[in-house]
Amino acid sequence: MNETISIKIKQNPDRSLFNRDEESVVNSSGGNHSTVKLAVRNLNFFYGEHQVLFDNNIDIHQKQITAIIGPSGCGKSTHIRTYNRIYELYRNQRAEGEIRMGGQNILAPTVDSTLLRQRIGMIFQKPSPFPMSVFDNIAYGLRINTNGRGSELAGCVEETLQRVALWDEVKDKLWEPGTDLSGGQQQRLCIARAIAIKPEVLLMDEPCSAIDPIASAKIEELMLDLKSHYTIVIVTHNMQQAARVSDYTAFFYQGHIIEFGDTKQLFTNPQHQQTEDYITGRFG
Amino acid sequence: MALTALTSKWSGSVPAVWAVWDVWDENSPDRIIKPVAGDRVFRWITTVCAAAIPVLMAGLVCVMVFNSHLALKKFGLGFLTSTAWNPITQEYGALSSIFGTGVSTLIAMLIAMPMGLAVALFLVEWAPPKLEAFFGTAIELLAAVPSIIYGMWGLFVFAPFMADHVQPLLGRYLGFLPLFKGPPMGIGMLTTGIILALMILPFISSVSRDVFKMVPSVLKESAYGLGATNWEVTKGVILPYALHGIIGAGFLGLGRALGETMAVTFVIGNSHRLSASLFETGNSIASTLANEFTEASEPLYLHALVALGLVLFLITVTSQIAAQLWLRHIIKKAGGK
Amino acid sequence: MQSCSLKTRKAIDQSVRVIASLSAVIGLFAIVWILLTVTGRGIGALNLKFFTEVPTPPGIPGGGLINAIVGTVIMTIIAAVFSLPIGLLAGTYLAEIGKETRFAEVVRFVTNILIGVPSIIVGIFIYALLVVPMRGFSGYAGAVALAVIMLPIVVRTTEDMLNLVPDSLRESALALGASRWQVTLNVVFRSAKRGLLTGVLLAVARVSGETAPLLFTALNSAYWFSSLKEPLANLTVTIFNYAMSPYQDWQQKAWGASLLITVGVLFLTITARLIMKRQGKQL
Repeated sequence: MNETISIKIKQNPDRSLFNRDEESVVNSSGGNHSTVKLAVRNLNFFYGEHQVLFDNNIDIHQKQITAIIGPSGCGKSTHIRTYNRIYELYRNQRAEGEIRMGGQNILAPTVDSTLLRQRIGMIFQKPSPFPMSVFDNIAYGLRINTNGRGSELAGCVEETLQRVALWDEVKDKLWEPGTDLSGGQQQRLCIARAIAIKPEVLLMDEPCSAIDPIASAKIEELMLDLKSHYTIVIVTHNMQQAARVSDYTAFFYQGHIIEFGDTKQLFTNPQHQQTEDYITGRFG
Repeated sequence: MALTALTSKWSGSVPAVWAVWDVWDENSPDRIIKPVAGDRVFRWITTVCAAAIPVLMAGLVCVMVFNSHLALKKFGLGFLTSTAWNPITQEYGALSSIFGTGVSTLIAMLIAMPMGLAVALFLVEWAPPKLEAFFGTAIELLAAVPSIIYGMWGLFVFAPFMADHVQPLLGRYLGFLPLFKGPPMGIGMLTTGIILALMILPFISSVSRDVFKMVPSVLKESAYGLGATNWEVTKGVILPYALHGIIGAGFLGLGRALGETMAVTFVIGNSHRLSASLFETGNSIASTLANEFTEASEPLYLHALVALGLVLFLITVTSQIAAQLWLRHIIKKAGGK
Repeated sequence: MQSCSLKTRKAIDQSVRVIASLSAVIGLFAIVWILLTVTGRGIGALNLKFFTEVPTPPGIPGGGLINAIVGTVIMTIIAAVFSLPIGLLAGTYLAEIGKETRFAEVVRFVTNILIGVPSIIVGIFIYALLVVPMRGFSGYAGAVALAVIMLPIVVRTTEDMLNLVPDSLRESALALGASRWQVTLNVVFRSAKRGLLTGVLLAVARVSGETAPLLFTALNSAYWFSSLKEPLANLTVTIFNYAMSPYQDWQQKAWGASLLITVGVLFLTITARLIMKRQGKQL
């Protein structure tokens, strides 16, 4: 699919520099070989004095889907909100520990969060189209991250919309406000907006919780399709969804990662009692 | 904010790999945005603009004090208690103006507070929705009418109406009270107070309306469920729940009434004297300033007027601060729940 | 309450209802009375001459108030030009940048107090600050006085309107790698634009009807606009002067000017409300 995109992304030599440090690991539970994209080490998170994440350790594998499940309020969203440092928007929120991407700790103050966010995109729970046209919504990220030339921009917007299977639905209303689309379309628009700038990682914070089941199915399909190009981390309260789409699953409980491993294994043969209780519906 | 605090730590020690990141095309380094610089400038500009407000306030206080020091030095605290106001003998005292401001504001509050609450109650609890929207808008438009219009109306229409119809009645039946003695001239304290009441009514009623609307319907419903009448629910549930907000609304109206200039200047009569009768003319701080400021030729006269302004400033600021602290107290309480 | 019979309770309830309705009717009656008076007395003064000629010398009938109309418009525009950029940026600081910092708290507090400072005090302040050093009343001084009144209003409405923008929009834009200023200008402002416009219109409406701050800054003038360094004719001070004059013709003109200013201010206010209402529907 990369070939069809009108603006070609050439591998930046610096980008390969990044990948150099990425260690090839053997997954402890699954045994399949894959590369670690994000390595989270001893991540602690605080709202003021109140600690909500405790020593989180997790490896996010490249071009795989990692699902984060757990009862509400267990810190799932907080956890992935550290990956692109969006929590910095709020005072009193503070993260400690390390999240390594290509050998670089992205929580380090020397890392510019704006540049980081160009590489780690995020989709939020509620569709949040900007108050501008469909086209401008997609073009927004391109315009701020590049000097976006007109013709290239149009081609790129079309490619992106096609990729999220929204092109046919919106090609006639590109210049209408993005807020006029249906909920499911809005969410796909937001996904398109995020992938338009070609991030390496996509964070999805309960992307289907505010939309109907049919639209959710479309987004799940889209995730599987996007998997070949992006590393995806999805937070979901829907266990079936996690089981359907993800390769790895982490179970969070009260700010701790109780269990992390291959999705199939975690769902069929959980190692911890709490995980088993949760996936069998005994609590949460 | 943490965001900018972190980015401002940006320094030369950043690995090259982060500095030359380019999503699209490695051949055009100009495409790399430098958000750090942009954000720093943005933060700087907005901070300077925000700082303009306290600077303005400080400047205002300094200028007022500097331009009233002659009067402050000569009269001291006696300025507040003296009723003298004589440009020929150069004797100035603020008492009659303070008295006028106080009395007219008191009348206005006594009328507007209960009336504003009644209007708000009517709108929220009893009026049909369409009527509510209509009445609500109409009464809020009252707030938008410039004060000089109230002055015109007060002087040419309302004062004669008071003199012909209201004051003779009050004089006949309540004339034994010192409050309602004297010839019905129309202009004077009572008329001023009523016009001020009309001016602050919209503020009080619209704020109270918002407060009443915030009373949880569960509370009201459970009271109705006990068989309480409408008024009993209002008295027992709505008013106590909304009390803090109502007091806030009162402060808001108070601030407006204290500093109102044009409407008062038109109808108060502008005489420097104290009188027990509300039919008599008087003056307020604001009306004295409006009438005499451009006539003040002597430095001491001018300084006395600015000192008068300073007194008004202190009165309104004190009421504002009280209101602000009060509101903060409410918010804290609400947050604590 | 238990000692009261149901009948008495109902009676009390009814009478309170009547009192409340009566209050609302009195309030409505007051605005109708005022508007009818202003319209009735003012409409006669509004003729072509009113809008095209400068005033005649005292006692001589005829002439118009075009100089005052132009003066009011000029001063309002200058005031807006001064205070809108500063006010918008300061409000942006409070809502987006400073938010919960100590400094923002102070600015917010002072802004609210400044809104409550009587406008005549602002008049004195500008008199001492500009009129005395410049040795004369001037259009500049009047415009600055209006700007000082407008500034805190703009700051507060800007902050309020920006606070209505949900954080999810800011997060989405930041997550795309936009920097803070880009998020603010492209997304937050755009999202709040109706609210901001409403705030600006209300602030303009508020200052265009102000009289007290102009009394000792712009003063008034019977002549055509010549320079901003001279006293500048304006509608509200003209109303004050003409109304207090013994001439029938001037009093009539004062009513005409009152009608004009009332219509202008109410028009701005109603427009602002309609804009906000459409915003509400859109969300």
